[in-house]
Amino acid sequence: MKERMKKLCWILLFTLVVVNGFAVQRFPKPEFETAYLQPQTHQPPPRAELLAVTDVVVLFLALAVTTWLVLKRRSRMGVFFMSLASLAYFGFYRQGCVCSIGAIQNVTLALFDHSFFIPLTVIAFFILPLIFTLFFGRTFCAGVCPFGALQDLVAFRPVKLGSRLNAVLGMIPYVYLGLAVLYAATGTDFIICRYDPFVGIFRFGASFGMFIFTGTLLLSGIFIARPYCRFLCPYGVLLNRTSRFSRKHLTITPAACIQCRLCENSCPYDAIDIPVTGKNPMDKQRRMRNLIFIILLVPVLVGIGGWTGARLHETLAGVNPKVRLASLVMHPESYAGMAEPFEITAFRSAGKPVAQLYAEASSVLGQFYTGGWILGGFLGLVFGLVIAGRMLARYNPDYVPNKGNCFSCGRCVDYCPVKATTNPPS
Amino acid sequence: MLNRRDFIQTLVRGSILAGLTLLTGALVYRSRKGGCESGFACGSCPKSDGCNLAEAKAFRQTVWQLDPAKCIQCGRCATNCVMSPSAVKCFHVYAMCGYCDLCGGYFKPETKDLTTAAEHQLCPTNAIKRKFVEDPFFEYSIDKPLCIGCGKCVKGCGAFGNGSLQLQIDHHLCQNCNECSIARSCPSEAFSRVPAGKPYLLKSFGKELLPDKKTTSG
Repeated sequence: MKERMKKLCWILLFTLVVVNGFAVQRFPKPEFETAYLQPQTHQPPPRAELLAVTDVVVLFLALAVTTWLVLKRRSRMGVFFMSLASLAYFGFYRQGCVCSIGAIQNVTLALFDHSFFIPLTVIAFFILPLIFTLFFGRTFCAGVCPFGALQDLVAFRPVKLGSRLNAVLGMIPYVYLGLAVLYAATGTDFIICRYDPFVGIFRFGASFGMFIFTGTLLLSGIFIARPYCRFLCPYGVLLNRTSRFSRKHLTITPAACIQCRLCENSCPYDAIDIPVTGKNPMDKQRRMRNLIFIILLVPVLVGIGGWTGARLHETLAGVNPKVRLASLVMHPESYAGMAEPFEITAFRSAGKPVAQLYAEASSVLGQFYTGGWILGGFLGLVFGLVIAGRMLARYNPDYVPNKGNCFSCGRCVDYCPVKATTNPPS
Repeated sequence: MLNRRDFIQTLVRGSILAGLTLLTGALVYRSRKGGCESGFACGSCPKSDGCNLAEAKAFRQTVWQLDPAKCIQCGRCATNCVMSPSAVKCFHVYAMCGYCDLCGGYFKPETKDLTTAAEHQLCPTNAIKRKFVEDPFFEYSIDKPLCIGCGKCVKGCGAFGNGSLQLQIDHHLCQNCNECSIARSCPSEAFSRVPAGKPYLLKSFGKELLPDKKTTSG
């Protein structure tokens, strides 16, 4: 009996060796004569839904507590411990997923792709910090974001970069945000998650390239405080712009500034605006000339940016899986001499018509053409506004935190010798 | 009295708030509308057999799912997961298994001596356990902690057997990353987001294997 089965198996094996089907009943289900009980396939359930609600509740509480610590208690120590708690929960316990920074992409994709499902948790992670920032400044960055907390821990010897370098490096997040939105909107990739430098620390494992990137960021973070937050974070762009219009914001001094300059070097992020008094005012004629120059410059920059972006659309689309597959199918010589790429094998076994693939790829290319114009135009606009911001000086009598760049970490508060006798000025 | 600066600030703040409210409304509407109607596909099939739509709709979270019908067993699941070893594991659908002595998923092709010797085994980590049941049947079970999700056995079983060995994401291990690093490198686009109420897609002779209440609840 056993020998016969074996022989039968071998015959079947050789006849079926070329057939690669899926789930075909080649061998009948055995009828057991012994009392053998067939085991069940164990399917471990995913994380309970309730815990996702817990995440949102923790996020809300963390935002509320940090805001209270920053604005009411004015306690750097409190913010520090709050950020450690957030690092432990959102970083090491939740392993950095899903975070507000990455939620940009989910929101974008949900707006562009109707079949993409966005859970309420992700919406809350995207919206809640923005709303808090709109009223109280970037308290999210101070005590809730695990990335910020991690970088805050290593900022031992911060150096001043100077306003020019800050402005130039400060352009990078806009590029990153623009690319992230473009790639998310076209359903290509979530680049913020792919090049997330700190998630490898939370998960105790990363690819070699990411390990080098993380190491570089953390080591440079000793001297350039919070390098990711200031010069990379795409969510920081949104928070920065929102925070400029915040209703309340951290103040250095609880009462009136006495211009003692003690806080001048306290900020590791170069986010304190030094007073610009009426000592050296620009004459009216020059100011008008600057304004006209800017009004003329910005549309030109938008046009140049848009045109360049559109020229680059094929390069930008190169990472899209559909475009990549179509170009592999179109140019088989690109992998000549090598093993056939898995993508080609999978494409063949799926049996999709080549014409359909080409049509899909060219539609993606069309999206990238439009997206290239928008992205380039957006970057041109940002560049123009940065130049404008530097040319038009603003009157500013006291030492105040820059509402856009300030992370509300509260370091400067401890340097101020003025003690509150009454409530801080509104 | 408001000065000009404060007035502009309040105005812009109001419009940002209005914008955010609108955005939230649109997103929540999109999120609530999720379900089969919006083309929200579980694996390859939006309305596969036994799909409990109400159950799927009740879940407001999503998880990653691997469609074994699309999988070509390229081996990237073993190397591209953020978890080490991978959260993708081989699942054995016992209901489909032929309990063969000569198992295409267990033995290397051309193996004549059907023993458990390491040189005969297809699995690189000895994660498949072969147990004698009764003549001529053998039970094969997966030792989950040893399995690296390479899919070698899945390929063997699909080619020579019933296809009872299938790759699936073990949701006890999966971190449910926003952007699954296997999904983005999967050549056959076998990964998709599905309702958390229906996380597995195991096939049993063309039909979907429904979860056993006893094993999933525990």
